[in-house]
Amino acid sequence: MNTDNHNMDDVLVHVRGLSFQRGERMIFDDIDLDIMRGKVTVIMGPSGTGKTTLLKLIGGQLRPNQGTVEVDNINVHRLSRSDLFELRKRMGMLFQTGALLTDINVFDNVAFPIREHTQLPEALVRDLVLMKLEAVGLRGARELMPSELSGGMARRVALARAIALDPMMIMYDEPFTGQDPISMGVLVQLIDKLNDALGLTSVIVSHDVVEASAIADFIYVISNGKVVGKGTPEELQASDSAWVQQFINAQPDGPVPFHYPATDYLEDLLAGVNE
Amino acid sequence: MEWLSQLGRSGLRFFERLGRGNLFLFYVLLGSFSLLGRGRLLLQQMYSVGVLSMLIITVAGLFVGMVLGLQGYNTLVDFGSEESLGVMVALSLVQELGPVMTAVLFAARAGTSLTAEIGLMKTTEQLSGMEMMAVDPLRRVIAPRFWAGFISLPLLAGIFSAVGVFGGYFVGVGLLGVDDGAFWSQIQNRVDFYDDVLNGIIKSIVFGFVAAWIALFEGYDTVPTSEGVSRATTRTVVHTSLAVLGLDFVLTALMFD
Ligand SMILES: Nc1ncnc2c1ncn2[C@@H]1O[C@H](COP(=O)(O)OP(=O)(O)OP(=O)(O)O)[C@@H](O)[C@H]1O
Ligand SMILES: [Mg+2]
Repeated sequence: MNTDNHNMDDVLVHVRGLSFQRGERMIFDDIDLDIMRGKVTVIMGPSGTGKTTLLKLIGGQLRPNQGTVEVDNINVHRLSRSDLFELRKRMGMLFQTGALLTDINVFDNVAFPIREHTQLPEALVRDLVLMKLEAVGLRGARELMPSELSGGMARRVALARAIALDPMMIMYDEPFTGQDPISMGVLVQLIDKLNDALGLTSVIVSHDVVEASAIADFIYVISNGKVVGKGTPEELQASDSAWVQQFINAQPDGPVPFHYPATDYLEDLLAGVNE
Repeated sequence: MEWLSQLGRSGLRFFERLGRGNLFLFYVLLGSFSLLGRGRLLLQQMYSVGVLSMLIITVAGLFVGMVLGLQGYNTLVDFGSEESLGVMVALSLVQELGPVMTAVLFAARAGTSLTAEIGLMKTTEQLSGMEMMAVDPLRRVIAPRFWAGFISLPLLAGIFSAVGVFGGYFVGVGLLGVDDGAFWSQIQNRVDFYDDVLNGIIKSIVFGFVAAWIALFEGYDTVPTSEGVSRATTRTVVHTSLAVLGLDFVLTALMFD
């Protein structure tokens, strides 16, 4: 390996000058991010800042207006469709909603990527699927249809599916929401274990400051299209940035607005009366 | 001035959609090659698109044939040529009513369910999820459904016509007393495979292509909300029916040329 470039090689996802707009609204305004290989990186930020959007930009489902996203030194948005698909085989993504295929059962959902991308004999597929389901504690639920699962269970099945092909990186969109304390603990451990045992790189989008901090190696706090804080969990705890403090300590008031951008409240209310 | 810019805008939207529709079709056809090794996917869809539509097609064909028998008899009997009833029923069905009615019923029965299924898959991020698993939904989900529709519709049209002829036979021969032998021999003598039947087959192939394309594109292009899906479903029926009727005129004009 090229030792001069040692630092670059540690970075799996390299985001530079990324800007993204939805209509008039600027979702990201020139942000830089580095996601280190083999580490757990957590992205926090208030609802609606664009965390899901960021994951879709990294996965190549959305195109940035400006800037570059490189995954494993490959510019995601320069790839042809088939090369992009090759890259995606090495990236797992856990959708916020689970995004399970509703016409097939849990077992077949987890088997889906294996069957699509490999020619393994069915007996081996079965063992692989059962191992993944065992890891998320749902081996017994293999016959259930997605409509028979709770939100939290659906997300765990989606996790089993995301790790089915042993990717190099997994992006988790809100993995902890809807989990009871026990399965939450299991999930936190699982993500941590997967990361260490398989040498995975994990990107977690989350509001759950406590859980996320417990496994994070590095945290980015995003708000209003900017990175407003970054560092290890300890560094962020000690940060004197008002943004970071507000978010980490869950204060309703502060620089992070609770409201979607709007006109003056009083004016808005009176507008109806004046008509 | 306002209406002019309005007109321009909807014109632009129309052509943009048309462009997307064509691009969609192009990628679906391109993605169809991977189906060659995966016949099972196609068979599954043939079942849900084709086989499940058979009941409505059969029943509708029977009734349409019966009506044709009744109407035809009343007209023909005035000229004393009621033995030609079989020919009249068969030709109307094979050339016009079979392909057209089947396509319209197909849009209502199978087209809507395709649109709603694809639209809901989009709304619930299943299509996105597949893309992130490096599985191309155009190949895996859309292409098998497209070919299933394309293949099923001509077959269904054939069933419609065949059942319709028996409906006409039942009314004409069974109830109104047209001569049994004349009914069939006239059909045999006067319905030509190349001139008549083949034209009907060509029509139903074209309709199958268009009906499957519209239904799947509407689903794929859905605004991902419940309202979006419901609108797309409605549009499938409306657009398919209009396209089929319009194309029917064009094809008929070309064929009689
Ligand atoms: N398809 C879309 N069209 C237009 N705007 C969109 C679309 N999807 C998201 N947005 C906007 O982009 C912004 C970011 O959305 P995103 O889903 O990335 O937020 P998020 O940070 O994941 O929020 P949450 O934590 O609630 O999941 C939102 O303000 C939303 O209004
Ligand atoms: Mg989100």
